[in-house]
Amino acid sequence: MSRLLADRRGTFGIVVLALAVLLALAAPLVTSGAPAEQRDVVGTRFLPPFATDRYDAFHLLGTDRFGRDVWTRVVYGARISLTVSGLAVLLSVLVGVGVGAVAGYAAGGVATLLLGLTDFALALPRVVLLLLLAALWPPSATLVIVVLGLTGWMTIARLVHGEVRSLAARPFVEGAAALGARGSRILGRHILPNALTPVIVAAALGVGNAVLLEAGLSFLGLGVQPPTPSWGNMIASGRDSLVNAPWIAVAPGVALVLVVVACTMLGDAVRDLYYRDSNR
Amino acid sequence: MLAALARRVTAGLAVIVGVVTLTFCLLRLAPGDPARWLVGPNATAAQLSAQRHALGLDRPLVEQYATWVARAARGDWGTSIASGRPVAALVAEAWPATVRLVGLSLVLSYLLGLLIGAIQAARSGSPLDTGLSVLSVTLFALPGYWLGLMLVMTLSYWVPLLPAFGAAGVNAPHLTRQEQLLDALRHLALPLTTLTLIGIGGAARYFRGALLDVRGQPFVTTARAKGLPPARILFSHMLRNALVPALVLLGLSLPALFSGAVFVEAVFAWPGVGRVLVEAVQARDYPVVTAATTISATLVVAGNLLADVLAAYVDPRTRARMAAV
Repeated sequence: MSRLLADRRGTFGIVVLALAVLLALAAPLVTSGAPAEQRDVVGTRFLPPFATDRYDAFHLLGTDRFGRDVWTRVVYGARISLTVSGLAVLLSVLVGVGVGAVAGYAAGGVATLLLGLTDFALALPRVVLLLLLAALWPPSATLVIVVLGLTGWMTIARLVHGEVRSLAARPFVEGAAALGARGSRILGRHILPNALTPVIVAAALGVGNAVLLEAGLSFLGLGVQPPTPSWGNMIASGRDSLVNAPWIAVAPGVALVLVVVACTMLGDAVRDLYYRDSNR
Repeated sequence: MLAALARRVTAGLAVIVGVVTLTFCLLRLAPGDPARWLVGPNATAAQLSAQRHALGLDRPLVEQYATWVARAARGDWGTSIASGRPVAALVAEAWPATVRLVGLSLVLSYLLGLLIGAIQAARSGSPLDTGLSVLSVTLFALPGYWLGLMLVMTLSYWVPLLPAFGAAGVNAPHLTRQEQLLDALRHLALPLTTLTLIGIGGAARYFRGALLDVRGQPFVTTARAKGLPPARILFSHMLRNALVPALVLLGLSLPALFSGAVFVEAVFAWPGVGRVLVEAVQARDYPVVTAATTISATLVVAGNLLADVLAAYVDPRTRARMAAV
């Protein structure tokens, strides 16, 4: 951890993500606490950033077309975006590690089948699959989690497969087998814990990607539905007032980019550390 | 070599068949009865069953699948529920626009990404390298639809330079040939810039790494020992060797690029497969969704195959490996 913080990219990633998570957790404390609240729509709509409305409420990032506070919505949007993406990546990791581990440890037909499935899924354009799935069921946050999770496991499966294959040939695994440990125990206790670092890297990058895709689906109206704020549907609603109230679309977009950049930099930093260690 | 190519083509076809099957299964799995939507809420049970019979929904699943595949293979993809036009015609109009947009942005983002990556590799560790790294990570992280909106905001509204949507102006049919071309280029500018800027991020990140890997190789040391100028080493020794993995990457990045195009097309109303797909999904226009999915998968598979063949063409070692597999 301290070595991760020594890398400037690692520091940036951890600080930004920690800040985003903290703000999301403390949302009622740092905002007005009511992301969907509309008081006097005509009197308070389209206020620019740093404005104070007639109720003496201060709007750090201005208000949107219904007079809702943009800062409050961005912070509550972080709750939605981070939860949905986090759970989706968790699902991807579970499926990916499962498929990768079994394919790497069990040889023969099962492995061929699982690897074939992985390659097939990798060859599909993910967004097209997402749109197809999102079109068939009524839109909801749960659907987005399941759909993102089920279309994001392939890279992790590939990575875990490779790691498991190379670890299975190492002396300590042979030792465990010679001591009479069962296959599932060897896999769970000896091999998988050693294969975790690349999974962490892929998961960090995956969270960034999931945040982007969740926002994309919500932007198209197929993800989280208004009035629940999500960065994607906020950008979509700011689209109609780009000329007179650009802050409505700019603010959630900046938040989105910051979080995705943080995930990418953190992933890069962890990967560099890992390869430096494994090349020694 | 030919046998290896045949194997790749077979694998590609298997992916397309898989997509078609998957789409079919998902459509049948989803809640809702298409016949009920077609006849409307006030229909009698007799009308409903007649509609189900007309759509073939009362036959066994395997038979429905076979009919569907046979029709699709003949180019009969049904009729769009939303517009009443043949799906095949809708898709046929759309895919050239997507290929034009994605292809051009691919070339541009690779060239610019290569340039940035080469500058970074040549000055690695310097503040310039760090700055460009931050730039490329940021570009990489930008959502296409948001970057698109920001460009529209600045270049169409604040400084009215370029048109915000469409592929041609409403007056396009009345213009001369030259003016038409200029009009088309002006409409292409913003979607292409959006997609290219995002692509540059990924390409620059990749080329920087590839060039730094190559730099440590013995043949570069030899070239340096011979006293060759650094620019010559970079272009004729290092770049050539970094290009082969770049071609492979090109194939692998196609699905992602295509995904980006879906959002960019939706924002700019660019008349491509992505927009057709998004509109069909929003209108729950199943025949069009199916066709657009299949076309997307086909384009991606074809691109991957092309990248494989190119990689084999430029590198004899890959050719040998492909033939050996």
